[in-house]
Amino acid sequence: MLNRYPLWKYLLILVVLVVGLIYSLPNLFPADPAIQVSDAQGNALDERQITRVEEALSERDIAIKAIEETNGQWLIRLQSDDDQLDARDIAADVLGPNATVALNLADATPGWLQAFSASPMTLGLDLRGGVHFLLEVDMEAALTQRLEVNASAMREMLRSERIRYRNTTIEERSLSIDFASSEDRDAARRLISRDFPNFEYTSEGDGRASSLVMTLSDMTVSEIQDYAINQNLTTLRNRVNELGVAEPMVQRQGPSQIVVELPGVQDTVAAKRIVGATANLEFRLEARNDTPDVETERFEFRNDPARSAELMRDVIITGDSVSSASNSFDENGRPQVNINLDGTGGTLMNRATRTNIGRNMAVLFIEHKSEDRIEVDPQTGEETIIREPYTERGLISLATIQSALGNSFRITGLDSPTEAAELSLLLRSGSLAAPIYFVQERTIGPSLGAENIERGLLSVQIGLLLVVLFMLVRYKVFGVFANIALALNLTLLVAVMSMLGATLTLPGIAGIVLTLGMAVDANVLIFERIREELRNGLSIQQAIYAGYERAFTSIVDANITTLLVAVILFSIGTGPVKGFAVTLSIGILTSMFTALLVTRSMVNLTYGSKPVKKLWI
Amino acid sequence: MKPLSQLRIDFMGRRNLAFVVSAVMLIVSIGAILFQQLNLGLDFTGGTLVEVRYGAAPSLDAIRQLLENSGFQDVSVQTFGASTEVLIRLQQAFDGDVGNEVVSLLRADGESVNLVRAEFVGAQVGDQLRDQSGLGLLVALGVVMLYVALRFQYKFALGALLALLHDVIIVVGVFALFQLDFDLTVLAAILAVIGYSLNDTIVVYDRIRETIRTSRIDDMPQIFNEALNATLSRTLATSGTTILVLLALLVLGGDMIENFAIALLVGIVVGTFSSIYISGALLIPLKLSREDLIPTKKEVDEEEEELP
Repeated sequence: MLNRYPLWKYLLILVVLVVGLIYSLPNLFPADPAIQVSDAQGNALDERQITRVEEALSERDIAIKAIEETNGQWLIRLQSDDDQLDARDIAADVLGPNATVALNLADATPGWLQAFSASPMTLGLDLRGGVHFLLEVDMEAALTQRLEVNASAMREMLRSERIRYRNTTIEERSLSIDFASSEDRDAARRLISRDFPNFEYTSEGDGRASSLVMTLSDMTVSEIQDYAINQNLTTLRNRVNELGVAEPMVQRQGPSQIVVELPGVQDTVAAKRIVGATANLEFRLEARNDTPDVETERFEFRNDPARSAELMRDVIITGDSVSSASNSFDENGRPQVNINLDGTGGTLMNRATRTNIGRNMAVLFIEHKSEDRIEVDPQTGEETIIREPYTERGLISLATIQSALGNSFRITGLDSPTEAAELSLLLRSGSLAAPIYFVQERTIGPSLGAENIERGLLSVQIGLLLVVLFMLVRYKVFGVFANIALALNLTLLVAVMSMLGATLTLPGIAGIVLTLGMAVDANVLIFERIREELRNGLSIQQAIYAGYERAFTSIVDANITTLLVAVILFSIGTGPVKGFAVTLSIGILTSMFTALLVTRSMVNLTYGSKPVKKLWI
Repeated sequence: MKPLSQLRIDFMGRRNLAFVVSAVMLIVSIGAILFQQLNLGLDFTGGTLVEVRYGAAPSLDAIRQLLENSGFQDVSVQTFGASTEVLIRLQQAFDGDVGNEVVSLLRADGESVNLVRAEFVGAQVGDQLRDQSGLGLLVALGVVMLYVALRFQYKFALGALLALLHDVIIVVGVFALFQLDFDLTVLAAILAVIGYSLNDTIVVYDRIRETIRTSRIDDMPQIFNEALNATLSRTLATSGTTILVLLALLVLGGDMIENFAIALLVGIVVGTFSSIYISGALLIPLKLSREDLIPTKKEVDEEEEELP
């Protein structure tokens, strides 16, 4: 008998290998160190400004490799890693505060490879340095906030229908309004339930003690929570983009957590202040002297706690209605924030100010904060950390309404230009739908990243070399086949990871190394089986056939179980562990392909179609 | 040199010795886990870790003093890899700015100090991760058992499960005994060990099944011996290559994956031992017999006819 493959199998292998080669090649071109320049307001940057940066850089002997422009964003590629930080500082000096300058690693894939949309693997934070945050979204606060908004709207409805109410209270997930009589309560129930179908209504007490209790349904609660997470994700993405970080990642993890990764960022304090800021604004009218106490609240001024003002409970608009904001200085050189409102916001503002000319309007600055308190259980002595959220509200300005306000106006009364700049950034990027807390944070310096890459590559190389030598010594000619298959396996693994856009992390490199060690297993199984069949007296061609055939079930069973474990690892793991699981699973699949098909095709080509006297195995 | 496959080692004859060796390792491991306890890493306990690089090797005591004087409590200071790299652990979960705080404190003496990395893990996250990881391990074992039970037979599944538990307990035991840092990457390594050791066990089982079906004798220990000897050179070759690359990883990979490489190395050595001695030998007390595999007998005949 002879061992031959049909032509289509050779062609299939060839096609897979060519594709693998194309998609793994971009990883051989190291990314260029670069600085990325864009306008802070999102406008296109002038070419003359870039020329000024270019001149300033060459004055300081910083070699520029290339300058590119895409969508008004400029990328200045540098020759050397060492210049990157200096170059950023120089560019920031030249361009001033209106431009965002960020560090970047620019993809250096040549054009002909880009034509296949091939790109290199992204490097994880542990390989390039940067910050990793894990944020927890406070779901209870999200519910409370929603209930407050609803309560405000309900009060407004009741007032316009002239139904008298006394007090509104908010508990965990329910809202109750007290009334002076059961008739008022029933009328209110009819009115409110028409517009707020998401509540479950119960009437409690009667006469002067009657009240209406509205509880959010389970479905609404989970809707609100999903909304809170998604809204927070959007806001965080906007903020991170405003920071000008190249290739940031903002991702949901689990039911209530968000991961933020900022490669290349070293100044964690600034990054945290922007990412985690929970500041928002509220616009409210000042209370009149005759306003009943239940409708008012007293607030202090932020920069002067001795002063305070009595404000209406009802909010005209919040910072969420702001469509754009920028900071500048007023005629007296004090910092101010210029605000543009969206359509609804503009209408609400106009309606409220039109009828209240001559009254004062207040701008409230709101910040959600939390305090950790350690509580000791008196029985077990166990310490638990209790996080108590609280909200800080302070007036930043109180000014008389001169005329009806429209879509755009400005606010003053801020402490410093920095505060004005941050406030305008926060208003632009939107506020967080629910407060967030930092529960995990990792900073990896750039030197550690470079070191990790270097060590990882070295261990891959040495590991590969050891395996190659081992196989050569043990299996001779068949060892050569197995080694070629191993090299192709590495190529395919890298190609698949690049195509999937998987992130390479340090444990991922370890996964590659481990896969290399295990990848030869299938070939070892087959070759040992061939040897055995030869000893049992089979002819050479029969031994080859039987070796591949009989080792097949073992190989498949063994690999499927390992794959199952890798998939479970992927589903429970986070960050680094996921990276390991991804490389391991891909490695198992590619190694099965190369160990079974590729070596077989080489064996068939070499020995398959002619009588052979002796196998070098 | 005589090929390994012709050695005809009487594995099953020595199974009692192997069981004793295993039992001793298990007892030491469980003892270490119970009494010494695992040195859980930051991922699981929560807390703060700051790694800094000095220009010249600093005095660790001075750093500890300095930090304690500045109000940090439960400070542990140690070198990490080189003598100029210092790892500072704080049991309490401070917020993320602590990295910069520590660096500026240490710089106050005019030393050149650079922040290499700072990590802060909230206590809740640690708890959550611990639960999730335990669950993941159980699910992995369960799914794998189910697969083996379907592909082979439940006695094989039981044998494989016991062999896997054996490997996992010993790796965890080694980490408890030597008080090595048990973090998330070590957990990943243990799951990889499960995959690897199972791989080994299945290859052995596959051969045992095949030998039971084809041989004419009924003496199980002899059949197992034949199967183990037939797969021995493969088992050693694969373990050999894997151990070679892991040694490369351990020596060259750097401090951040040192424990990961140790866990894999220990796991693979123990896994190789268990797939030779434990998983096969366990089938004898489980009373595996030819009848357990009879329903599939017909297929075997067909396979043989197809062979040229």
